Order: sequence, then structure tokens, then C-alpha cells
Amino acid sequence: MSTTASPITRASTGNAARIAGFLATRAALALVTMWLLSVLVFAGGQLLPGDIGRAILGPLADARAVAALNHQLGADRPPLTQYVQWITHLLRGDLGESYAFRQPVAPFVGAALANSAKLGLLAFIVVVPLGIAGGVWAALHEGRWLDRTISIAGLSATVVPEFVSSIVLILVFGIWLRWLPIEATAPPDAGVLEQLRHLILPVLPLVFIFFGYIARMARAGTVEALDADYTRTAILKGLPAHVVIMRHVLRNALLPTITVAATQLGYMIGGLVVVETLFHYEGIGSLIFNAAKAKDFPMLEGGVLMVGIVYTVANFIADALHVALNPRLRTGGEE
Amino acid sequence: MSTATPDTSPAPAEPAVQAPPPTPPRAQEPRYERLLILLRSPSFVVGALILLGWVVCAIAGTWIAPHDAYASDPLNSLLPPDHTHWFGTDQLGRDVCSRVIVGARDILTIAPLATLVGTVTGTALGLVVGYFGGWVDNVIGRAIDAVLALPLVIVALLALAAVGASDLTVILVIGITFMPITARTVRAAVFAERHLDYVAAAQLRGERAPYIMFAEILPNVLPPIIVEATVRLGYAIFSVATLSFLGFGIQPPSADWGLALSESYTLMAGGAWWTVVFDAAAIASLVVGVNLIADSVQGVIDR
Repeated sequence: MSTTASPITRASTGNAARIAGFLATRAALALVTMWLLSVLVFAGGQLLPGDIGRAILGPLADARAVAALNHQLGADRPPLTQYVQWITHLLRGDLGESYAFRQPVAPFVGAALANSAKLGLLAFIVVVPLGIAGGVWAALHEGRWLDRTISIAGLSATVVPEFVSSIVLILVFGIWLRWLPIEATAPPDAGVLEQLRHLILPVLPLVFIFFGYIARMARAGTVEALDADYTRTAILKGLPAHVVIMRHVLRNALLPTITVAATQLGYMIGGLVVVETLFHYEGIGSLIFNAAKAKDFPMLEGGVLMVGIVYTVANFIADALHVALNPRLRTGGEE
Repeated sequence: MSTATPDTSPAPAEPAVQAPPPTPPRAQEPRYERLLILLRSPSFVVGALILLGWVVCAIAGTWIAPHDAYASDPLNSLLPPDHTHWFGTDQLGRDVCSRVIVGARDILTIAPLATLVGTVTGTALGLVVGYFGGWVDNVIGRAIDAVLALPLVIVALLALAAVGASDLTVILVIGITFMPITARTVRAAVFAERHLDYVAAAQLRGERAPYIMFAEILPNVLPPIIVEATVRLGYAIFSVATLSFLGFGIQPPSADWGLALSESYTLMAGGAWWTVVFDAAAIASLVVGVNLIADSVQGVIDR
């Protein structure tokens, strides 16, 4: 960590190589993680059910029908053979065929992912500035009632499950006040604004969940930066308060916040399961939920795997951002 | 991290001679003093009172509840709140107030048990990984990353679709998902301890590794484990409620809040707000209460 010795004299080419090396290591680790993820998902979807045919057909089905289905699905072969076949197909972009739709899984997952990205991105655009503003504002009033109010409100918003906040929002804004539509999907001929209007209610529960996280990180970072020697020096130099805050405090405080924000992008998908199901939105979350309900394992595996990949990639990007934005971290050692 | 630790202890008048220490020696504070700080923190007290209230409901719910929570009465279904049914009745004519009270039981059994499973297995794993380090650490570290790449609800959906949802499977699935997260915390704490003198002394005495890990190191890494467990309990409640709402958690005819919401949220469009509002408030108050406790505990132990 502490190789901060004269960063200025360090040759910039050496720096670039170091950054490249760091990113390469991170990328390799991300690949290993994704491979392990595939093992995990395979184990969960193919091995854990034990008897897939039985799981699909139910306890009352004829044993011969179960055996025939198992044979047809390839579930009667040794696990390793199954895994090798599964992963080679996967690498070619073939996620298998849905039990429920009798069609390849990949297009479903792709379309769902695009829809979810829309929802997630919208939530993200709203919550990141809001969370940062809330956190910084709280930090600047550290220990006073404003700080406590923001902190407690943020904590509460973060820990209440999405389905609870969604239901309350639907009840208040959709049913009592009738201000907003409670279906996330607008009619096909609707304009962009109308589509956005349909997305307001579904986005809010996601915003609630992440407001607390981001505000908390921003607050902690700002409090730390306000306390740092460089801030004291800047103040003692006689710089005006807004310059100190903008240049010295926020620059240092927001870096960890941005990293956390990027990591949360992947986690947001966990919340999408509930939100998309409740608001009838055809995204990756509702795809996973419906596949789990129907015991459509190829679909379920495809969806879950995609979530894991998105998360891992988001994490990698967060790491890269962290390095790119933080001159002190261009040494390769993190945490 | 202490969001709301108000200045409970007024700074003692410092003797003028003594130079102010760079960090207050909180770590050496006796345990009861930490407890005092905790008890003086409003957010801890509020959280503890909320949790206590629900624990009482969970234990004595059937005696407290004004009506039989499971007795359906189709002729009196969906009655709005009145004198006999304070929170109204649900779609089967069951008393909502009684069901909210009794509904605390399942979630307050399953979530703590899942937390216990996750904490115990995660602590064991973290001790081993942290103590031995090296390739064990690398391999398990990667596996932990892979598990963490999936949001809990999604892992749980995959696993519960495969093995079927029941109280036991929900406890195991959530517990096992918590294991790597706890392990990671414990590992970090063990890393800080394992080169200290007392560990070296035990090694020189010829103690065996399990003894050193569990009898020597474990007591010294308890504070972060306690913090982690309280935070996990909040997540466990969140997850059990969510899974129950999705139909993969607590199963009917339980009066569980998440389950009740999944059965009744379609009714609110027809105006039956009382079938959702009280269950929603119950879940919200419980998670907020537990997280207020977790937050205060974290604030006291970490700083």
C-alpha cells in the first residue's frame, strides 16, 4: 500500500505499465471468478435438483416418463460430462433450451437484460447524485440534527425490503392519489416521456435501497477528508471554504463512493427480481423469478449466470475507475 | 460508520498537563463501559425496544392476539378496521391484527437461525483461511468472490427452486450464502492477529492449530464477529421476508408478513388497504429496528 515515495519522479511509462499490469491481474481474477460462478450455477441448476425429470414432472409422474425425460435432457449422464458439454455450449453463446418455451434461452435473456439495464440505469442516474449530495450534506453538518436525520432516513430506506416500499408506493401514488401508473411497461405507442412516467414508481424502490448505501459512503469519505491534514493545511493557508470543499475534500471523499456505486450496480439486480415482478416489467429479475417458479432450469441458469457476469464486469470496471481516478493507487496494491 | 452516535458522553475535562492522545484509547475500555455507551445511544434503545416488542409477539403472540389468527370466516372477509377487528379482516375473513402479531414468530425463528448457521460456519472457515493463509486463502478467496457476485435473493431462488422451499432449506440456503461474507470478515481480523506474540507463544508451546485458532485467536476476534452477526441478522430478515413474498420462503398457512403481503397485495387496488399496510409496517419496523441495533453496536465496537 504505502509506496507513496515521490510519485512525481516516477516515470510515466512505468506508471502505465503498472496500471496495465494491475488491470490484467484484475481481469484474470474476474475470469476465474466467472468460471467458478459457472460451476456454482451448474451445480445449483443441474446437480442440486437431483432428479431433474422428477422435479419437472412432479412426484406423481410415472417413473418411466421421468427416466425418459432425464435421458432426453441428458441428465442421466455423469456430472462432469454434463458440465463440459454445458460450458462448451455456453462459451459459444448457447445457453440451452428453455423447458417452458421449447426455445433457446439466450434471446430471452438478452432481451430481458436490455430491459433491466434501462430500469437500472434510470435508477442509477437518479440515486448517485442524490446519494452523494445527501452524504456530503450530512457530513458537512456532522453530529447535528440534519446529519442524524439524513443518516437515519438513509439507513431506514436502505434496509426496508423493496417489496414493502413498492407496495406502499403503489398504494399511495398509484391507487390513492392516482398520480402515477402502476404498470412499468407503457403501451407500445407511448412516447419517451410516457414511458418514463411508467418507470417512476418502479425506479423509486431501487432509489430508496441505494440512497442509504451511497449517502453513507459519501458521508464517511467526506468526514474523513474533512478531518485530514491536507484539509487543515488548505484551511490554514486561507483558502475560501468552497474551494477547500470542492478541491480538497470532495475529490478525496468521492472516490470510494464512486467505486461503491459501481459495485452496487450488480447488486441492484437482486432488487430487480421483486420490483420487476411487482410492476410487471419483463426484465432479468422477473425472468429469473418466473423460471424459478416454473422450474425452468436452463432459463434460470442463464439468467443467474448473466447476473453474475454483469456483477463481475461492473466490479472490474469499478476497480479500473478507482485506479484511473486515484493517482495514489497506481501502484498495483489495493487493500 | 457510526451514523447516529450522539455525543452521549460529554468529554471529560482534560488535565492541562497531559498532551492530547492521538486516538482515544477506546479499545482498552472495559466491556461494561461499552455496554453503557450502547445503552445511552437513542438509536440502540429504540431499535432494542422495537425488536423486544416483536420478540414478545413471537413468543406470546397467540395469547396476546385478540382473535384466532388462523380462523377463517368467509362471511366476514375484507372488513375494514372497526371495533372488533382493529386492523380489519383479510380475504379469508381472518383478523389482520392477530395475524400481524402472530406473524412475528416464523421470521424471528428462521432469520436468527440462518444468521447462526452463517456466523458459525463462516467463523470456522474464516479462522482456517486466515490462520493458514497461502493457497488455501487464495482458493477459498476466489470461491467467496464467486458467491458474492450473486445477490442473495438470486442465489436463494436458484437453490430453492432446485431443492424446494421449506423452513429448513431457507435457513440453510441463507446461512450458507452468509458463510463466505462472514468468513471474509473473520479472515481479515485473523490476519491482523496471527503474527502477534500470543499466537507465536502458543505455537512455541506446541499447541495444535485448532486449539490456537479456536481457543486463542477466536476470543480476540469476537468483536468484528458480533458486528457482522448483527448486520447479517438484518439482512436475514430482509431476505426471508423477500423470499416469503416471492413464494420461496415461509409457506402457508403461516401468518408471516411477507407471505401475507404476497397473498393480499392484489387486493389493495380494490381498496382493501388494511390488508397490506399493517404487514408492511411490521416488516419495515422490524428491519429498521434490527439495523438500528446493528448500527449502534458497530459504532461502539469499531470506534
